Amino acid sequence: MSETPAPLSEADVRHVAKLARLSLNDEEVARFTEQLRTVLGHAADVESLDLEGIEPTNHPLEIVNVLRADVVAPSLDRTEVLAQAPSVVDDRFSVPKIVGDAP
Amino acid sequence: MKALDIAAQVASKERSAREVLDETFAAIDARDTEIHAFLSLQHDRAYATAASIDERIARGEPVGPLAGVPLGLKDNLCQRGETTGCASKILEGWRPPYSATAVTKIEDAGVVIVGKTNMDEFAMGSSTENSAYGPTRNPHDTSRVPGGSSGGSAASVAASMVPLALGTDTGGSIRQPAALCGVVGVKPTYGLVSRYGMIAFASSLDQIGPFANDVADAAALLEVLSGHDPMDSTSLDQPPVSLLAQLDAGVAGMKVGLCSELLAGATEEVASAVRLAGATLEAAGAEIIEVSIPELALGLSAYYLIAPAEASSNLARYDGVRYGVRVDADDVTAMNTATRTAGFGDEVKRRIMLGTYALSAGYYDAYYGQAQRVRTLIISAFARAYEKVDVLLGATTPTTAFPIGDKVGDPMAMYQSDICTIPTNLAGHPALSVPFANDASNLPIGIQLLGPALSEQKLFQAARVVEEGATK
Amino acid sequence: MSPLPEGWEMVVGLEVHTELKTETKLFCGCANAFGAEPNTNICPVCLGLPGSLPVLNERAVEFAMRIGTALHCVIQASSFHRKNYFYPDMPKDYQISQYDVPINGPGFLDLPDGSRVSIERAHLEEDTGKTTHIGGTGRIHGSDESLVDYNRSGVPLVEIVSGPDIRSAEQARAYAAELRAILIATGASDGRMEEGSMRVDANVSVRTGPDAPFGTRCEIKNLNSLRSLQRAVEYEAIRQIELLEDGGTVSQETRHWDEDAGKTQTMRSKEEAYDYRYFPEPDLVPVVPSAEQVEQIRTTLAPMPAERRARLIDQLGGAPTPAQLDQLMAAVEINLDGFITAAIDAGVTPAIALARTANELAGLGDGVANLPVDDYVALLKLEDAGELSATQSKTVLADLVAAGGGDPASIAKAKGFEKLDDSSLDATLDEIIVANPDEWQRYVDGDDKLTGFFTGKVMAATKGQADGKAVNAALRQRRG
Repeated sequence: MSETPAPLSEADVRHVAKLARLSLNDEEVARFTEQLRTVLGHAADVESLDLEGIEPTNHPLEIVNVLRADVVAPSLDRTEVLAQAPSVVDDRFSVPKIVGDAP
Repeated sequence: MKALDIAAQVASKERSAREVLDETFAAIDARDTEIHAFLSLQHDRAYATAASIDERIARGEPVGPLAGVPLGLKDNLCQRGETTGCASKILEGWRPPYSATAVTKIEDAGVVIVGKTNMDEFAMGSSTENSAYGPTRNPHDTSRVPGGSSGGSAASVAASMVPLALGTDTGGSIRQPAALCGVVGVKPTYGLVSRYGMIAFASSLDQIGPFANDVADAAALLEVLSGHDPMDSTSLDQPPVSLLAQLDAGVAGMKVGLCSELLAGATEEVASAVRLAGATLEAAGAEIIEVSIPELALGLSAYYLIAPAEASSNLARYDGVRYGVRVDADDVTAMNTATRTAGFGDEVKRRIMLGTYALSAGYYDAYYGQAQRVRTLIISAFARAYEKVDVLLGATTPTTAFPIGDKVGDPMAMYQSDICTIPTNLAGHPALSVPFANDASNLPIGIQLLGPALSEQKLFQAARVVEEGATK
Repeated sequence: MSPLPEGWEMVVGLEVHTELKTETKLFCGCANAFGAEPNTNICPVCLGLPGSLPVLNERAVEFAMRIGTALHCVIQASSFHRKNYFYPDMPKDYQISQYDVPINGPGFLDLPDGSRVSIERAHLEEDTGKTTHIGGTGRIHGSDESLVDYNRSGVPLVEIVSGPDIRSAEQARAYAAELRAILIATGASDGRMEEGSMRVDANVSVRTGPDAPFGTRCEIKNLNSLRSLQRAVEYEAIRQIELLEDGGTVSQETRHWDEDAGKTQTMRSKEEAYDYRYFPEPDLVPVVPSAEQVEQIRTTLAPMPAERRARLIDQLGGAPTPAQLDQLMAAVEINLDGFITAAIDAGVTPAIALARTANELAGLGDGVANLPVDDYVALLKLEDAGELSATQSKTVLADLVAAGGGDPASIAKAKGFEKLDDSSLDATLDEIIVANPDEWQRYVDGDDKLTGFFTGKVMAATKGQADGKAVNAALRQRRG
């Protein structure tokens, strides 16, 4: 029997918003918390089940070993790609300064 | 407006592809200001395609099986050089440098893409009210929703603007709008149609499928769409399906399971239509067996953990760096945040946060992990049912089209719209919706046929019989 | 190398990422090539464009299995996971990697000194793009903007994680050197730390003794050479010990090795214990190697460094001198031992084969890979027979490598290299002695340092044709 997790809190919502690079004002935090709590409340019927011994399904299909030969295929036209980019410098994608290394 | 009729007329030069297109654009001009099925139209490109088809026919060269047939393309399917934005501000103006395999296949078949159809943003919704560009209206009653997320595609066919449209189905997003709009909508077996170039919502659930006015047209389009694609690792190692050849084989001896869980929550009129459809099948020689698959009731909850989880990851790439919209800021993290906050609508944000939460440390097992186990339960439950029956019959969606604005404030109420369609996606099975009757307000009712993996032939044969007995 | 303060032991584990030498990237057909114009080897897949999907490269799987086999790992059915985080060099803002079921399970690596380091896992994952920082010093801190090139995005990597078994900075270096030699031997990688095709991160902690619980560890990054690795591990262990002895605590963090300053530095704005929200990659299906495949790879794996060292030691008669041992180990480390073995097999004096390979060939750059072994052996045989002096041999070798091969005898002849006969040598020496009477007197009186002076003069006079040993012998003989 899986342990029932604590109900979703506003702090949880602020935390996942940050993880997902979304900024919410206070009204949104309150509203989304309530709405998500309702959805998760309905999900209680799932997470309260005793499913010990049941394997999770990651794919509906039972395919394995889909592989591709190591042969070069044409790449995209750089001009066409960069034409769609918000900001380009020296044929590279430019972004504002990065603070810190990758997590 | 039948696609196969048009294809025959164009091939025999009874009509030119250009003439067909003239009528198509005239129909769109006449109705789409009100309906808003299309986000964008492709006059130049469409006429160029039509011209080349007419030229090849004039020279006696072979053209594809659907040559000259106009089609509406859902806005989450990549078409090289044309705006493809998933009805979201964050991808506004993006022109992909490549086309989806499905798009290339229909173009090779001679289909004339006339424009991109409206949808719920990133395919998240059941009413097309979550589009960043305003809703689409149900052609049968423009104060009501066409369903979603492929509402634009469904409406474009229902309003007789185009005979064919492509949609995508993750939890019912082809079948439910098909039912609400009174057209045929098909979700194929997972892996039967390549997902390469379909902008992902929930990768293990998504499929591309056809909308059409009748079963034969839908079959013709699915034949073109289907078949193995080396660009998609989850593509089945199958050749394209053959459906038209055996379409009229009938249902003699077919065992049809009338599934009580697929009637749960249905209005009386919808339930009655389903039973009548059962009787139609019975009259044609099928055996109707009452079945119950209690596990199906768990589908909604499992879906609303799995789909947002996958979506939260699939939508991370919209960060303002490489394409789409960018809202500037001093550092890249602030830029990502400002871009996504401005670019995504509320429903998308809700699902991203829900999905992030379901995957997060400490919650993975209880939410995502459990949901994937429930998925196993549902698959086994279906398998047991299909030992006793060949196909299942039920409602596509519990109600007919509801008024615009009715459910937007209540996400849970909106999600209920998908309870009959979701289990199929979780299992990777095929299912379709066939229009069968109208309710007292003349709103379409569709009935749903479901089958095990790769049972499209049987489903279409049953659908054909149902269609013939339809009382609309 | 200073030892650690009394009563302390370091605990080190190494994570090594190696790029694989496939033609194409891990999940798409873009070229896996170094140094191309920015953003020219990109496609919807490795750019993470909406709608794109990954398809696994079969050669990358084979290479990963070769690496696992070489490290005595359990080769197993495996699947892929998504590691979710935002960073501009990540086109999808998630990395496709392997999590709980990697293609290679636990194994081990034996070092030349006889110690064994356990391997926890070696899994497949995709590389990120490359960022350059504009403004400021070119480092991240203080820059105004960054530019991203996605050519490297999607290049196949294998990440090899050792157990926390390493107990000294020397051992850390030895592990990395041996692992690099193994990776090169499998053919899966080229092991170039300076170019970034092999990257080493060190996890370092300290404890008061072998039975004490593990201390808090720090991850050290930016180690661009084996020397940096050794210096950084030693520095970090001492830093932690001093901190603890002062009553402080070690914070779990990632630190940068600053080569110029000779210290590890804390990195700012690090999110502690980031939640990557791993979940199974829905766009890929599991990889299940067959027993036949696993066996085929095992039987066709090239000889590993340990085996090649043993073979060379055997060829040298089983008891190499310390200098010779160093030479043969160095040659194996850089994958040139095949030349030595071939030469010795053809009858060349082992000392010459060793020296010419470990000293000269090793310094002639990447071109040596294209040098036909037979041409090399032919050259050494000429030197061995006394046809060419050591100096001449080295000159011809340089030409051979530059030309990608050739006939050593012809090259020598074209250069006018001939064996200097004894009477010419005597005549030359006579002239030089007459020209330098004071130096000759000092040499005769016992100043051996002048040997070099006279040898140099003879070499200059004979344009290098004289044989150093013969000159030495002649000088000593004249002195009496």
